[in-house]
Amino acid sequence: MWIVQLAWKNLWRNANRTMITMAAIFFAVLLSILMSSLKTGIFDNLIKDMVGYYSGYIQVHQAGYWEEQLLDNCFEENSEIQRKIRSHSQVREISPRLESFALASTGELSKGCLVLGINPVQEQSITHLSEKIVKGRYLSSNDLGILVSEGLLKRLKSYVGDTLVLFGQGYHGSTAAGKYPIQGVIQLGSPELNDKTIVMPLALTQDLYSATNMITSYVLSLQDTDDLMAIQSSLEKKLGKAYEVMTWQEMMPDIKQHIETDSANMKYVQAFLYLLISFGIFGTLLIMMAERRYELGMLVAIGMKKSKLSLLLLFESLFTVIVACILGILASIPVVYYLHKYPIRIYGEGAKAYERFGFEAVFPTSTDYHHFVNQGIAVLLIGLILSMYPVIKIIHLNPVDSMKK
Amino acid sequence: MDNTVIDAHNISKIYNKDNIPVYAVNNVHLHVEKGEFTALVGPSGSGKTTLLNLIGGLDLPDEGNITINGKDITQMSPSELIDFRLKNIGFVFQSFNLIPVLTAKENVEFIMQLQGIELKKREQRIYALFEQIGLSDKLDSRPSQLSGGQQQRVAVARALASKPKFILADEPTANLDTQSANNLLDIMYKLNQEEHMTFLFSTHDQRVIDRAKRVITLVDGRIVSDTAKQNLPA
Repeated sequence: MWIVQLAWKNLWRNANRTMITMAAIFFAVLLSILMSSLKTGIFDNLIKDMVGYYSGYIQVHQAGYWEEQLLDNCFEENSEIQRKIRSHSQVREISPRLESFALASTGELSKGCLVLGINPVQEQSITHLSEKIVKGRYLSSNDLGILVSEGLLKRLKSYVGDTLVLFGQGYHGSTAAGKYPIQGVIQLGSPELNDKTIVMPLALTQDLYSATNMITSYVLSLQDTDDLMAIQSSLEKKLGKAYEVMTWQEMMPDIKQHIETDSANMKYVQAFLYLLISFGIFGTLLIMMAERRYELGMLVAIGMKKSKLSLLLLFESLFTVIVACILGILASIPVVYYLHKYPIRIYGEGAKAYERFGFEAVFPTSTDYHHFVNQGIAVLLIGLILSMYPVIKIIHLNPVDSMKK
Repeated sequence: MDNTVIDAHNISKIYNKDNIPVYAVNNVHLHVEKGEFTALVGPSGSGKTTLLNLIGGLDLPDEGNITINGKDITQMSPSELIDFRLKNIGFVFQSFNLIPVLTAKENVEFIMQLQGIELKKREQRIYALFEQIGLSDKLDSRPSQLSGGQQQRVAVARALASKPKFILADEPTANLDTQSANNLLDIMYKLNQEEHMTFLFSTHDQRVIDRAKRVITLVDGRIVSDTAKQNLPA
């Protein structure tokens, strides 16, 4: 116990040095947590925009649909398939969709668009689409109106209550054409989707495309999204070869790749940050050992065992790192929560650059506690490893050499 | 009864062995008995500190052996030597070397904590020692709040705290003014006279040499004279 007390007192023999070291570790922990939580927050937001509001985590199609996304590759809505999918313990909700393309026109303006036919009730439990309504109202199954994404509405210079003409190719080569009043406007996180999406009740879409009772996919929401591969594999077994089960990573490989690339880049930045922390701590240890060389030699000379002296120095290093880590974690909590609630948002050219890649230029933080714990542990481990330096020096310490002036 | 505390036989310490060997200590025989108050004198570079380091087990001789209280310290491992020093030898250094973050009392207590002595006994011994060095009113002072002389007296108390067989002091008065040096010498001399504590110190200081009962002179690592005094000043 007296070693612990002595270590604590020794920390404050050179308060400035201790405070500088602690400040370096404090800011490193703070930055490290912010970076880590920002990284996850950005990716979560990206996945939420693309996966949460559009693709879902897993989709079931007729086999071959994804290779050739044509209406002719749709399949009949089938209660037996629904039952099999729902019987999987990880599946929370499923929603049928009929998805195709059309030319949307009003007055003299027209634009190609993505048409999503949905079951408004089931879809709501998966993508919470009603939360994206910025004008007008959400759909019900029997509605004859449509929802138009904000970007598309602007391009077509239309308003809620206006009528759009949709024109395209229907099932088995038929002509798809219809007039639909704009019932509401949705704002989608993905700029790409926000510029081209029309959402309609499923029955109305089937009617437009002459595809009665046909759908292109079942979109699934899951209890736990951590192990998609396992869920995919077991669903494939249940449904057989007539259907394909795809994860969002397979459906949107560019997003997966973007996340992986960015994660790798972030790791380099984080490694650089850890390196800075390491140099900070190591520099202090070097100076401390040089300053106390005589004293350490004297302590061994008067009979302090090297094991006890090593323990003393280890405690000193650990106290510095632990106190700074705790303070860094505590300081990061309000910052992370603030940036989660009020995310960093880029405007202007910077935002356009992100939008060109299909991402919303919004950077929220993730409040997952793992960021705080993991970064704290990482810095603590660095401190522990570097604390071995004084221990090694003590093992090789010769009191006579140390006490030479 | 054998009163031998230090018995060094033919000890030599050689530096630069591979090229031109330099004998810091050259074939020295030294025999110190309990209760001696011995000064090791000689010019700078004569080997005083090296000899003290060898006797204190801080360094090992290249030749010869050293027996402290009947135990050959040249055969001990580094770890055994640390333990042996803790239990048998008190050290007083030229530059005081108190731990700056501890009070005077804690500095003295520190050595007893290393020995694992229980709190009650530590307290009793600390008060007795501070009484002896005349600093009972400075128990809670930090080294920075003490004068050089007071710090060196605390260092003596620390050296005595472990109840050593003898005390090695390397130029203990070198950094002290006359008054402080005299006070320190009075305390050391009193401990020697009343408790028969053995002192062996290296020094250039004539005041210390004058008070020593035995003066050993080293030149170029060899003992050139070893004189026991008959009439000492009080």
